[in-house]
Amino acid sequence: MDFYKQIADNKRMTYVLFFAFFILIGVLATFLALILGGLNIYGLTYLTIFGIFIIIYALISYYFCDSIVTAVSGAVETKADDPKYKQLHNIVEEMCIASGMKKPRIFVINDTAINAFATGRDPEHAIVCVTTGCMQFLLRDELQGVIAHELTHIKNYDIRTMTIAAVLVGVAVLLSDLILRITLFSRRDSDSKNSGAWIVLLVFALILAALTPLIANGIKFAVSRKAEYIADAGSAEMTRNPLALASALEKISKDKEPLEAANKATAHMYIANPLKNTKGLWLKGMFQTHPDINDRISILRGMKV
Amino acid sequence: MDAAFLVLALIGFFLVVGVVVVLGVVLIYNSLVSTQKKVENAWAQIDVQLKRRADLIPNLVETVKGYAKFERSVLEGVTQARSALMTAKGPKDAAKAENMLSGALKSLFAVAEAYPTLKANENFKALQEELASTENKVAFARQFYNDMVMNWNTMILTFPTNIIAGMFGLNREKEFFQVTEEERKAVKVDFAGI
Repeated sequence: MDFYKQIADNKRMTYVLFFAFFILIGVLATFLALILGGLNIYGLTYLTIFGIFIIIYALISYYFCDSIVTAVSGAVETKADDPKYKQLHNIVEEMCIASGMKKPRIFVINDTAINAFATGRDPEHAIVCVTTGCMQFLLRDELQGVIAHELTHIKNYDIRTMTIAAVLVGVAVLLSDLILRITLFSRRDSDSKNSGAWIVLLVFALILAALTPLIANGIKFAVSRKAEYIADAGSAEMTRNPLALASALEKISKDKEPLEAANKATAHMYIANPLKNTKGLWLKGMFQTHPDINDRISILRGMKV
Repeated sequence: MDAAFLVLALIGFFLVVGVVVVLGVVLIYNSLVSTQKKVENAWAQIDVQLKRRADLIPNLVETVKGYAKFERSVLEGVTQARSALMTAKGPKDAAKAENMLSGALKSLFAVAEAYPTLKANENFKALQEELASTENKVAFARQFYNDMVMNWNTMILTFPTNIIAGMFGLNREKEFFQVTEEERKAVKVDFAGI
């Protein structure tokens, strides 16, 4: 497995994401400005305001993503000298030595479900987070495999790609939601707003707004699914023990308890789908946040070290 | 006129080629030096972890001593192995002393199984985790060193970095750290399931 290729892919993917979402968000913001102000100075003012708002929103989410995500997930930072978390810190330190990385900050979610994630904007500002269930139900070797998987996400800059994808999806979905609400619930009182062109514009805006969550999440999940396989391989490379991660994943797959702290916005970051909602989904393949866990297990079992 | 143009074009061509070659050499030289530094740093990391382990042992011996009936010979074995390691001269001696220490620690933790109160001692449990982790850290530091050595050796043996390495006398292959089969097992069996 070529990790330099994954880092390069991630950088390219970041540009593609930026470009795709730049167009999507630009079109949505323009529609919204036209609907609110019309094709005149008011519309332009609205567009400027939206532009500034989107840039500020995106910058804040990017730079404070670790604080936002940990706050949303109810994660608490742990200290290395706390005897309760000593082993967890030791394991992270071991894996950092094995990969020559800087030690990230470590957070814990108080939940008996077994899961873990990493986030941040680069390896210098990264965090790793595990549930207390991880510490309770996984053997030391298995936890080591899970931590190594998360550290690979950090090393490969998956965390940055994921953060940017999540921020952009957030902006796009927010705009599409505004368009839907304003057009569906506003009174059409002025005459100019009943012309043919206006109706066509509205229909386009509505269609795009309705499709935005699907397009945006489809892109996000496609990126995250591929990264999971590569992080599994990276974990095997760090620990030289793919069987430990395989048995950790097996425990996770048998664990039917959903993680309460996870939601649709954060699900794709975890090592395995925390929502456990894998059955009966329409268009299941495209909107899976994670590859099939049994597939991952059999790949790990087949690895030679 | 035509001849002058040709000469100018040739000069220009060689200038461009020259600049590209010089830039290439600088870049490759820099990456060689930084890789060499990484190898050295990885080696130093191993020593850091070995020292950490040696520092933990007096604490362990002190904690275990309190349990009066605890086998003296086991404790002495650990202390001896540690001092052998501290005074070891050369890598061969050190490797031997390290094997001795790993073995002595292994029997210490095996004997501790028979002392429920010792096993339940918070201090002992913490030390056991610390030692297990330090054993792992030593092993992973060696693994990382070997990874770095492999990077280095690949660099100085493949084209075109091998030419630049030869030019600056950086073409010495580095040796891998050999881990004995026994050592590997000692870590696995000893501390499994902690």
